[in-house]
Amino acid sequence: MTDSVKMRATQQGDFATIKVLFRHDMETGLRKDSKTGQLIPAHFIDLVTATLNGTTVLQAQWGIGVSKNPFLEFRVKGAKSGDKVAVSAVDNLGQHYTGETTIA
Amino acid sequence: MNVTRRTFLIHSASIASATAMLTFAPFVLADGWNRQAFTDKVLNDAMKDAGYDNAVKSTDILLKTQDIAENGAVVPIEATSNIPGTTSLAIFIDNNPNPLIAEFSFMNGAEPFIVTRVKMAKTSLVRIAVKAGGKTYFTGKSVKVTSGGCGG
Amino acid sequence: MSMNRREFLQMLAAASAAGLALDSPAALSRNDARSFYDVPTFGNVSLLHMTDCHAQLLPVYFREPSINIGLNDSWNRPPHLVGEYLLKTFDIPAHTRDAYAFTCLDFSHAAKIYGKTGGFAHLATLVKQLRASRPGALLLDGGDTWQGSATSLWTQGQDMVDASKLLGVDVMTGHWEFTYGADRVQQIVNHDFKGTIDFVAQNISTNDFGDPVFPAYVIRQINGIPVAIIGQAFPYTPIANPRHFTPDWTFGIHEDHLQKIVDEVRGKGAQAVVLLSHNGMDVDLKLAARVHGIDAILGGHTHDGVPVPSIIQNSGGKTLVTNAGSNGKFLGVLDFDVRNGKVMDFRYKLLPIFANLIAPDPAMSALIDKVRAPYATKLGEILATTEETLYRRGNFNGSFDQLILDALMESKDAEVAFSPGFRWGTSLLPGEHITLEHLMDQTAITYPQTTLTEMTGARIKAIMEDVCDNLFNPDPYKQQGGDMVRVGGIHYTCDLRQTIGGRIQDMTLNGKPVDPNKTYKVAGWAPVAEGASGEPIWDVLAKYLRDKKVIRPRPLNQPKLLGVQGNHGICPSTSKTSL
Repeated sequence: MTDSVKMRATQQGDFATIKVLFRHDMETGLRKDSKTGQLIPAHFIDLVTATLNGTTVLQAQWGIGVSKNPFLEFRVKGAKSGDKVAVSAVDNLGQHYTGETTIA
Repeated sequence: MNVTRRTFLIHSASIASATAMLTFAPFVLADGWNRQAFTDKVLNDAMKDAGYDNAVKSTDILLKTQDIAENGAVVPIEATSNIPGTTSLAIFIDNNPNPLIAEFSFMNGAEPFIVTRVKMAKTSLVRIAVKAGGKTYFTGKSVKVTSGGCGG
Repeated sequence: MSMNRREFLQMLAAASAAGLALDSPAALSRNDARSFYDVPTFGNVSLLHMTDCHAQLLPVYFREPSINIGLNDSWNRPPHLVGEYLLKTFDIPAHTRDAYAFTCLDFSHAAKIYGKTGGFAHLATLVKQLRASRPGALLLDGGDTWQGSATSLWTQGQDMVDASKLLGVDVMTGHWEFTYGADRVQQIVNHDFKGTIDFVAQNISTNDFGDPVFPAYVIRQINGIPVAIIGQAFPYTPIANPRHFTPDWTFGIHEDHLQKIVDEVRGKGAQAVVLLSHNGMDVDLKLAARVHGIDAILGGHTHDGVPVPSIIQNSGGKTLVTNAGSNGKFLGVLDFDVRNGKVMDFRYKLLPIFANLIAPDPAMSALIDKVRAPYATKLGEILATTEETLYRRGNFNGSFDQLILDALMESKDAEVAFSPGFRWGTSLLPGEHITLEHLMDQTAITYPQTTLTEMTGARIKAIMEDVCDNLFNPDPYKQQGGDMVRVGGIHYTCDLRQTIGGRIQDMTLNGKPVDPNKTYKVAGWAPVAEGASGEPIWDVLAKYLRDKKVIRPRPLNQPKLLGVQGNHGICPSTSKTSL
């Protein structure tokens, strides 16, 4: 599901800033369907990993309190233009999302 | 498409160094997600289960967010730790149904800095807690959630 | 365009001599007209500032508030001064033109003597005169320009866009503009305004990657001096107004980003830096103490006509903070003396625009006539006659709000009614006809639906506490710059020494305490949630007015206030509130 992940990465001095947008509903499991009155099952990204040229630089655990279409920005020291940044995420239903970009 | 959770974790493990994985221990459960801490309903329990209990207030943690939430469903959070040796940083919102929102672990050059967006059910203190050098620290800021209308 | 001072004075004299629109010739003389707008020039950089005209193309009556309470750091400080207190603080003699313009004192009587204020044709003449004496002067518009009248609503702001271009606005920021929707705003900014008016906002970005939506600033040369105008749109637009109009944009105050922008424009050589702000004056006062390098914040939103700037000390020096009133009533004139690369001194004057002292500009008059022609009959429909002064502005229910609440409760068979604490809406004098145009002056918004909702007493209290906190939170950054929600049916006490949850007390309905668990029928309008389908407020009100024919003085449902002894934001001679 690479189309579910949008990324931008830019070098600024001695570090790179990486911005990631995931397309995901991040359902809390606490919301009721307005038509059926039934609870909508929880469905949310809970684990995220980011790598720089294949080496892990950031790991995250998320709960239901992260907003719909999650946004993540982070910085890596020493990363420079041309380096490859990748993110992988998995949600509580086991669906897997990945994105990759080159630092500008 | 439906890569299993197990496959994903193997994939993650292969790109993560063994030492880096230790940053989750001992709070990580079998699948890598701290179910207990993320489902706790009370702040103190969540902080304890995530390993941030006894956190000391610190002005070296910077939290930028909105004074009034523009949209309670999307509240931007920018957190920076200037505490040397910071290995991880977590967001807690006292009055959310589950106070632990997210935890980030930094390694191999990642700076102790993140920007993300969180949900807030009502007016609450937002806390950023940090682990550094075997100790825990936090800072907090109140964010107002209003039902809106009637302006100007 | 280039009319010199002499020509202008001749025009004024001609207008005066011809008795054009002079409500009371006895109150005027040629000398009066000549001297009133004779603002001595000063320095080498001049900025003209208008804000919050709320689409009033024609002169109007606008009553300033009798209650505008400041608490904590704002206690008895500008802009929280009304009536006699405002006159005393700013050394304005009572029973004068200025006293009429800046206060609510003796309003209906003074209005008959001094006449209507504002009007774009009159403003245009004044702007031309000031530009003639101040070469290179820029005209800045703080926003809330495209909303507030029938014609602006019916033309989607086009009447105001055309009038602003003809007036010669140079730079603009916004708030209610956004209630026409992001697409309409972009269409105007990218097409109508292209090459003429710069729309600036440092605090609006996209919801995805946070990209800027508009330029943050513009640098213009005035007499060879680079001057930066930075835009600050209303930070709480998606909270105070429906978010669905701008779903992809985020607003906010963004001090840090503003500081970066100030540093950037200074780095590019700007010798004077001005923030064109729609924050509201209390927010601007706090901001001025925390961001350095801004010479002046020309502010709006809170509709405070403040004759003298507040001078705020910060780590980089001093910042002037002004607020230039509303409804086209005022034009601010800020003159800077810029030498050795920085602002050395200033003069500021907030000029009230008296329609009967200024000849209307023919070109602007023609444009206004053209805009109004298709709607003239509709606008002129007489719905009723009022026997009392009708107005809105003030922290609690104004008389026009009371009319709206009473109409809502009667027509919806509701026990309780809420009406938003908007600060716009023109005033009517006793004996005047209420036309459809007047009605639209109070209601012309893009989300006019009326609502009827069942609410528990607890929910009603929560809403009142929430709005009250948006007005009286001790931290200006947690205020939104609207007034208290207007409440019909329920009487209450408001204890301003308390915090949220504790301010609203002793709520009663028909003499009985409001039961937190009981359900009440609550009428309202202007819902911020998407999808409302109720009858528009103007239809409900028009029916009510046609039915009543004569609007007699009615009791204002204002709360009993606690914690305001000695507060100069309450006018003892005119406010009807009990203390």
